[in-house]
Amino acid sequence: MALDFSTATVKAWRRENGRVGVRNHVLILPVDDISNAACEAVANNVKGTMALPHAYGRLQFGEDLELHFRTIIGTGANPNVAAVVVIGIEPEWTKVIVDGIAKTGKPVTGFSIEQKGDFETIRQASWKAKEYVHWASELQKEDCPVSDLWISTKCGESDTTTGLSSCPTVGNMYDKLLPQGIYGCFGETSEITGAEHICETRAANPETAAKFKAIWKAYQDDVIEAFKTSDLSDSQPTKGNILGGLTTIEEKAMGNLEKIGRTSTYIDAIGPAETPEKGPGLYFMDSSSAAAECVTLMAAGGYVIHTFPTGQGNVVGNPIVPVIKISGNPRTLRTMSEHIDVDVTGVLTREMTIDQAGDSLIEMIMRTANGRLTAAEALGHREFSMTKLYRSA
Amino acid sequence: MSIPQLLVHDREDNVGVVVVEDLTAGTEMLCVVTADNSDFRLTAKADIPIGHKVALKPLKAGDTVIKYGEDIGRMIGDAEVGGHVHTQNCKTKRW
Repeated sequence: MALDFSTATVKAWRRENGRVGVRNHVLILPVDDISNAACEAVANNVKGTMALPHAYGRLQFGEDLELHFRTIIGTGANPNVAAVVVIGIEPEWTKVIVDGIAKTGKPVTGFSIEQKGDFETIRQASWKAKEYVHWASELQKEDCPVSDLWISTKCGESDTTTGLSSCPTVGNMYDKLLPQGIYGCFGETSEITGAEHICETRAANPETAAKFKAIWKAYQDDVIEAFKTSDLSDSQPTKGNILGGLTTIEEKAMGNLEKIGRTSTYIDAIGPAETPEKGPGLYFMDSSSAAAECVTLMAAGGYVIHTFPTGQGNVVGNPIVPVIKISGNPRTLRTMSEHIDVDVTGVLTREMTIDQAGDSLIEMIMRTANGRLTAAEALGHREFSMTKLYRSA
Repeated sequence: MSIPQLLVHDREDNVGVVVVEDLTAGTEMLCVVTADNSDFRLTAKADIPIGHKVALKPLKAGDTVIKYGEDIGRMIGDAEVGGHVHTQNCKTKRW
């Protein structure tokens, strides 16, 4: 029976700014690496909160600092987050983060460590975190249309089966849900190499195509050409990709691009961790092809569910966004099924069509939105990885 | 239809993908082209792991490898029909 997605709803949280979140986290968010310890202490004091330690935030400047701020602010602003306690070493950059998150209307309070020390900061922040947990835990879910979901995608530990099964499964989902009004997102700038000419033709208009091409070319010129080694030191394809049968970046790129389906076109090409601003539709985000970095950037852009095709078995998760794993590789399902949410091995045996596989993914998206923990969530995968553009000062 | 051992994306492709585990040399593979569901038979000339590519035509060094109906790289060695195509005889044209 064909599913009707136009009237489908999920039980989720409608946030102050109208966006729909499928998780209800209270975050303890460090501005910088040296505030990680205080954040982790607060999260230890107050159950139901989560600290997001990370490696950066000091002595960054220019575009790299802007990306850092955008990533932290975007993470706090994500609709899967109910409220945020921000801790930084000094008050000014802490305020930048707090003010950025506050634009969503959600509760957020900042604390800085200098002139107080960790003990006093942790004491004050713990009281605020406890207040937020009581408040957030009473927020009620409501019926929200599936079309209000923002769903991103990125594949990992790809092999030749991803291009045959799990990536076109995601593409089929987008072909069905984008017309309903969802926001979609794909990226992985380096991994489009070899299919960039095809990706260009999938832009909704010439301006967007030119924008994508400029992003892709800047990456080629500034990163690939500047630091090129043979086969990118076996990083593209990766050793795992090669074990899975992928030989060249062109082959990997063709499989990767299967994720945007047959009929979908992207309406804008945006920078890393940027929030889409052109309304519902599919977006290309300039992003690393490394799994945790890419999912972190898309989560910071505002996406609330991530669909992740894998062949050889990438185990990545994200602290605030449920990452739904899809695989069609029978060996991976045999050896590491604890990581896979949607089994599409039937596509390879010709017992399941791509259309059926797409429906099974949409069903899992709805179950996940309704509260089912993904494999990555159940296994505690909370990879929060910043993208850094260049060395700190 | 019985379960195929090899899937081919496009009719123009000169390689296909092994989609079963433990494929051994000499196996007469059922091969399906996913674009139009047509099928053919081909004998594997080597033990080829799941996910790895098989030459559908004789390929010589310098030939372009076609998959998804697109250029995915060039041969740097030869492969006979039914032979294994991978990093030992195929390379990117990009870097």
